[in-house]
Amino acid sequence: MKKVMMGNHALSYGAKLARSQVIAAYPITPQTQVVELLSEMCSDGTLDAKFINVESEHSAMAACIGASVAGARAFTATSSQGLALMHEMLHWAAGGRHPIVMGNINRSMAPGWSIWTDQNDSLSERDTGWMQYYCASNQEVLDTVIQAFKVSERLMIPGMVILDAFALSHTYEVVDVPDQALVDKYLPPFKPEIRLTPSDPRAFGGLTGSEHYFELRYKLQKYMEKAPALIEETGREFEKIFGRNLGLVDAYRCDDADFVFVTSGTAGFTARVVVDEFRKSGLKAGNLRIKVFRPFPFAKVREVLKKVKKAAVVDRNCSYGAHGIFYQEVKSALYGEAGMPPVFGYIAGLGGRDITTDSFKEVAAHALAKDKADEEIVWIGVKK
Amino acid sequence: MKKEKKMTLTLPAEELMACGHLACQGCGATLAMRYMLKALGQKTALCIPACCWAVIDGPYPYSSLDVPIYHCAFETAASTATGVKAGLEMTGDSETAVVAWAGDGGTFDIGLQALSGAAERNEDIIYVCYDNEAYMNTGIQRSSATPYGAWTTTTPVKHFKTRPKKDIVAIMAAHRIPYIATASISHPEDFVKKMRKAKDIKGTRFFHVYAPCPTGWKSRPEDTVKLARMAVQNAYFPLYEIEDGDKVTLNLKLKDKKPVNDYIRIQGRFRHLTEAQVASIQAEVDARWERLLKNCAA
Ligand SMILES: Cc1ncc(C[n+]2csc(CCOP(=O)(O)OP(=O)(O)O)c2C)c(N)n1
Ligand code: SF4
Ligand SMILES: [Mg+2]
Repeated sequence: MKKVMMGNHALSYGAKLARSQVIAAYPITPQTQVVELLSEMCSDGTLDAKFINVESEHSAMAACIGASVAGARAFTATSSQGLALMHEMLHWAAGGRHPIVMGNINRSMAPGWSIWTDQNDSLSERDTGWMQYYCASNQEVLDTVIQAFKVSERLMIPGMVILDAFALSHTYEVVDVPDQALVDKYLPPFKPEIRLTPSDPRAFGGLTGSEHYFELRYKLQKYMEKAPALIEETGREFEKIFGRNLGLVDAYRCDDADFVFVTSGTAGFTARVVVDEFRKSGLKAGNLRIKVFRPFPFAKVREVLKKVKKAAVVDRNCSYGAHGIFYQEVKSALYGEAGMPPVFGYIAGLGGRDITTDSFKEVAAHALAKDKADEEIVWIGVKK
Repeated sequence: MKKEKKMTLTLPAEELMACGHLACQGCGATLAMRYMLKALGQKTALCIPACCWAVIDGPYPYSSLDVPIYHCAFETAASTATGVKAGLEMTGDSETAVVAWAGDGGTFDIGLQALSGAAERNEDIIYVCYDNEAYMNTGIQRSSATPYGAWTTTTPVKHFKTRPKKDIVAIMAAHRIPYIATASISHPEDFVKKMRKAKDIKGTRFFHVYAPCPTGWKSRPEDTVKLARMAVQNAYFPLYEIEDGDKVTLNLKLKDKKPVNDYIRIQGRFRHLTEAQVASIQAEVDARWERLLKNCAA
């Protein structure tokens, strides 16, 4: 069934179709509609789940962890300050191997108060052990929630489905809402091998000495390493049932490209307008949108960029004192391989400043004029 | 022939706590756990945040308890327990009693927000605070449950704690939850009876359990139960329950209320107190006791 909906509601529908059993959430702009709709669905019986009106995001994640260890499928959603408040619990969810799925609306971190998009909130949680999916359309948001539960529950690693504030969260698009019966076929009920129950009394997460802790984290990494193949496999399976593929990256006109914009989130669609224009004027341009950031699709990125002459990474984030974060990852993906293109790093759109076609033209002009990538980060559209 | 007196054991014989745990000798918190589990039985799930009990239970992969435990973050006993309860219910288990088991630091201080949230929503959990009146796990620092006059490593003798203990029971009563009780490891029958009563009530139930700590109080391990009993008998820690936020019932009447001095003087943490300071503690205890009696009558 096709429906016109905002990105936030795409998250809610995803959580509903995945038959989430416990939802604990706390409101924050621009996430509120996600939980408002879910709360409504729980109260009118459309969704058979418990909705917990917690008093903070920290408690939201704690409650999701409790629900998950008890064997229930748990969902929450938040944004920026809320995500930062959860930080301790994000480590807990991943370290405890609780396959919670969470929506995060990318919003800039205060101060000054900003409700507009950039990625520093979710990228600050890079090393917590969560999988991160950066979406570019409302359809992708809905589909990814369903897929994320499947991947998370197989690996027992939580997953974060991420979308840009307003550019996606509040933008209405046509979304094909899949049939519940088909979703049930794709996503079986959550049945963890071990759970918190008096009939099998165990202690979870107790004092762990150095003779065990190291191996537990080794396993987390090993399971993370299984994720890229599993995301592709479940993406193909998704395509068979629903007709839409869900991969690690989304490459647009990259096959024969000489120059590629590397983007994430919604910015890529703007880049594609410029790519088409460049193509008309004879420049073989392309766009590589990195969808899955954790685990980072190193092999996939190498595969796409190896034939390219130059790559320009546009980051809507900054690791202060270093670089744009996607830029760092792309460079490390290509490092040490023969014949890889130079990579240029750009920062744009912090605090929700628009990334326009002109922004991408400025990026291209800079990158095309240089022969060698230097370490300079170029800020696009900054008033100096 | 002399008539034999018959003793009946009212405490369940069942032991859900094994020896081999890691507590110090004479730890009051271990007795608290043991009695609670006797009352609730095996169909219990525990959420234990950072506190001495996070260690007492034993290191991975061991546990000294025969019930499931989720070790949760310091400030999340109430919120994690809320999630566990919801998760168990959604997977078809509405019988298991879900218990948040936290120290005074995890309850009075860092976990108060989550506890208040859960209580306001009247989550169907039992919250037990075992109170040893300081952060013991991290080496005896003051908490807001540390009483006036006490030494801790962050309230050294020259600057001992001059603010009174936070009244957690009044705070919980203000949430109008269905059941609140104080309990002491010196009065296991009373503790078990109230815990069983609580088990059959739906909604948030809160227990404030007095649990002396010889390590932190600088008292003798063999005096743990004695200290707990003294605190009950001198009204330093009276035994009472509150239903629906305002129905207060005294569980143990004190015909012969003892002075606090004897109790204070066998604890090293109070060694520096002058007679006048002990007298001011006595005055404060008397005033609290009068207030409690008035609340019981009301
Ligand atoms: C967020 C956070 N801050 C600080 C700590 C360190 N910490 C662990 S236990 C503890 C004190 C616990 O005191 P209490 O709750 O009274 O329990 P007790 O150790 O006395 O049994 C502290 C401060 C922590 N684990 N987490
Ligand atoms: S420090 Fe105190 S509360 Fe902690 S285990 Fe030792 S006696 Fe028990
Ligand atoms: Mg304590």
